[in-house]
Amino acid sequence: MTAAEAPAGRQLVYTLAITEGVRQALAEEPLAFMAGEDVAGAGSVFGIYRGLLDEFGPDRVIDTPISESGIIGLAVGAGATGLKPIVDIMFMDFIGECMDEIVNQLAKMRYMFGGKATLPVTVLTMSGAGMNLAAQHSQSLEAWLCHTPGLKVVMPATAYDVKGAIITAAREPNPVFVVMCKGLMALPGDVPEEPYEVPIGKANILREGDGLTIVAFGRMIHEATKAAEQLAGEGVSVEVIDPLWLQPLDTDTIISSVTKTHRAMVVHEAVRFGGLGAEIAAQISELAFDSLDAPVGRVAAPFSPVPFSPILEQTYVPNAERIADEARRILGLG
Amino acid sequence: MPNEPTKEVLLDLHRRMVRIRHFEEEAGKLMEQGKSPGALHLYIGEEAVAAGVMVHLSDQDQITSTHRGHGHLVAKGGDFKLMYAELFGRETGYNKGRGGSMHISNVDAGMLGANGIVAAGPPIAVGAAFSNKYRKTTNVAVPFFGDGATNEGAFHEAANMAALFKLPVVFVCENNGYGEFTPQAEHQAITDVADRAAGYGMPGVICDGMDAIAVWEASGEAIERARNGEGPTLLECKTYRFVDHVGLRGIGLKYRSDEELAEWQKRDPIEQHEKRLAEMGILDEAQAQAVHDGILAEIAEAIEFAENSPLPDPMDLLNDVYSPSAAS
Repeated sequence: MTAAEAPAGRQLVYTLAITEGVRQALAEEPLAFMAGEDVAGAGSVFGIYRGLLDEFGPDRVIDTPISESGIIGLAVGAGATGLKPIVDIMFMDFIGECMDEIVNQLAKMRYMFGGKATLPVTVLTMSGAGMNLAAQHSQSLEAWLCHTPGLKVVMPATAYDVKGAIITAAREPNPVFVVMCKGLMALPGDVPEEPYEVPIGKANILREGDGLTIVAFGRMIHEATKAAEQLAGEGVSVEVIDPLWLQPLDTDTIISSVTKTHRAMVVHEAVRFGGLGAEIAAQISELAFDSLDAPVGRVAAPFSPVPFSPILEQTYVPNAERIADEARRILGLG
Repeated sequence: MPNEPTKEVLLDLHRRMVRIRHFEEEAGKLMEQGKSPGALHLYIGEEAVAAGVMVHLSDQDQITSTHRGHGHLVAKGGDFKLMYAELFGRETGYNKGRGGSMHISNVDAGMLGANGIVAAGPPIAVGAAFSNKYRKTTNVAVPFFGDGATNEGAFHEAANMAALFKLPVVFVCENNGYGEFTPQAEHQAITDVADRAAGYGMPGVICDGMDAIAVWEASGEAIERARNGEGPTLLECKTYRFVDHVGLRGIGLKYRSDEELAEWQKRDPIEQHEKRLAEMGILDEAQAQAVHDGILAEIAEAIEFAENSPLPDPMDLLNDVYSPSAAS
């Protein structure tokens, strides 16, 4: 069920929703295990796996050496031989250490082997800026993954979606990257107690409107929603769509929205050049050109590493004001 | 020797090596005649390693291989027909023509793929070994890799993890003296790759990779240790590639001397083994010839099968990028 279909009820913060998702995924599947750096004894540097070691024991919740290639390799070998690995790459920035295992092994093994291997692997990783962790602990690198056939990529930005994404990924017979947002760790939200999935490739329509479509994902859904509220005060009706799944992407929902609103913009935290926004803008141009009253806009990070100094980082990361400004420009109100 | 190989083992070693040699010679010719697409890295000269190790393994034991991977699949029981069909890019191949030489695999028999990326196999084998242990089996995982691969970070991470978790892995280094075209002395400051084992806290063993019995014996001990839960071993097999990095004739780079090649060829693993079996009265010249002839006939038939096999349908290009998801 999507968040819109779920009943309101119990509140959990984002981090505890992660914990519950992994706990339920391990509980329902004896072949599932979790491995990563400091995931067991420490319960992760983010505290998101606390209690899992006690509950499932050291055979199923495993601290690995600091060896990202080794961790993904472990998942590939274990997954191809019948287990259901759930592995953690602490900071998304660290995928540089294991890109061969991700891109050339995990993503391609099934295809290269003529469909004779199955890789039911879940990779959990934390992305994003906003905590002054500088250039190597703050990146949003989802575009690297989405560009690789064989991978699925989900970027949940609510407590509801992060739990559902983890359970969906763990049940999925393909490699799935659950790209989590470290800037949202304290964010509360409705989270049902039972296990549930978020449908693969299905977007969330966060707010309905008919004057402009904003496609935003990750932490930016919250900034886009704020911008939409500001714009509503100015008499502009904005539809906000969170694709949630970046690979596969819910193009249909985006296109039908643009067909209705005639104007669109894409917002993400990753750098603008070559980001997912470029892909989404291109698809809108290809599939809804006749509906467009203005070029598709983009709000994203500038083409620079993530800076450290708080004032620079604040300048770097897109926010509601910049989104609203771009919206006004697209609407001809600027 | 603690375990003398039986007559059956000696004949099995011979047969596996001869199967590899002829498979590779014919494959090399087909490639250089332009009959099979792409590039082939041939295993000729190194047959004793694959044969010596694989005699100990069942289909439930896993291996990972290298870009020079046909020999490992042949030794693990690969069907010539499905192998040539794969090299020809046919739908009937092991990988339905989606992988080719550098990714040839047979997951059902525990062959987790040749691999185009140097040192990509060891971390995957560690995962398979983890799986074996998790499922409480006594199966082992054996990654094959070259001397050059031990300079890659992935090898180091895999070796450390296997030793730390005491996983049933036997790391088999086929030290053929060259990382592609670069001699070992110019790519690492050690002579014996097995020395690296100490740094991981696992035994390092060296054996003569031109001698099938020596490989059989050394790998047998390491595999036994792994099956008994005593952890991994790094087994270095000193061997040599008789043909070029790619193909039979190769690309003619002068990176090694004719004299060096001739010296190693005197230790041809198949000739050595046949001489020994003749002396032991196990296999005379005529019997050996019969083995060769039988395998060559099987190869001729397999090549015909491959040539007559259907090509993949271009409409199926996107099949198997993903597994079908269960309806949710």
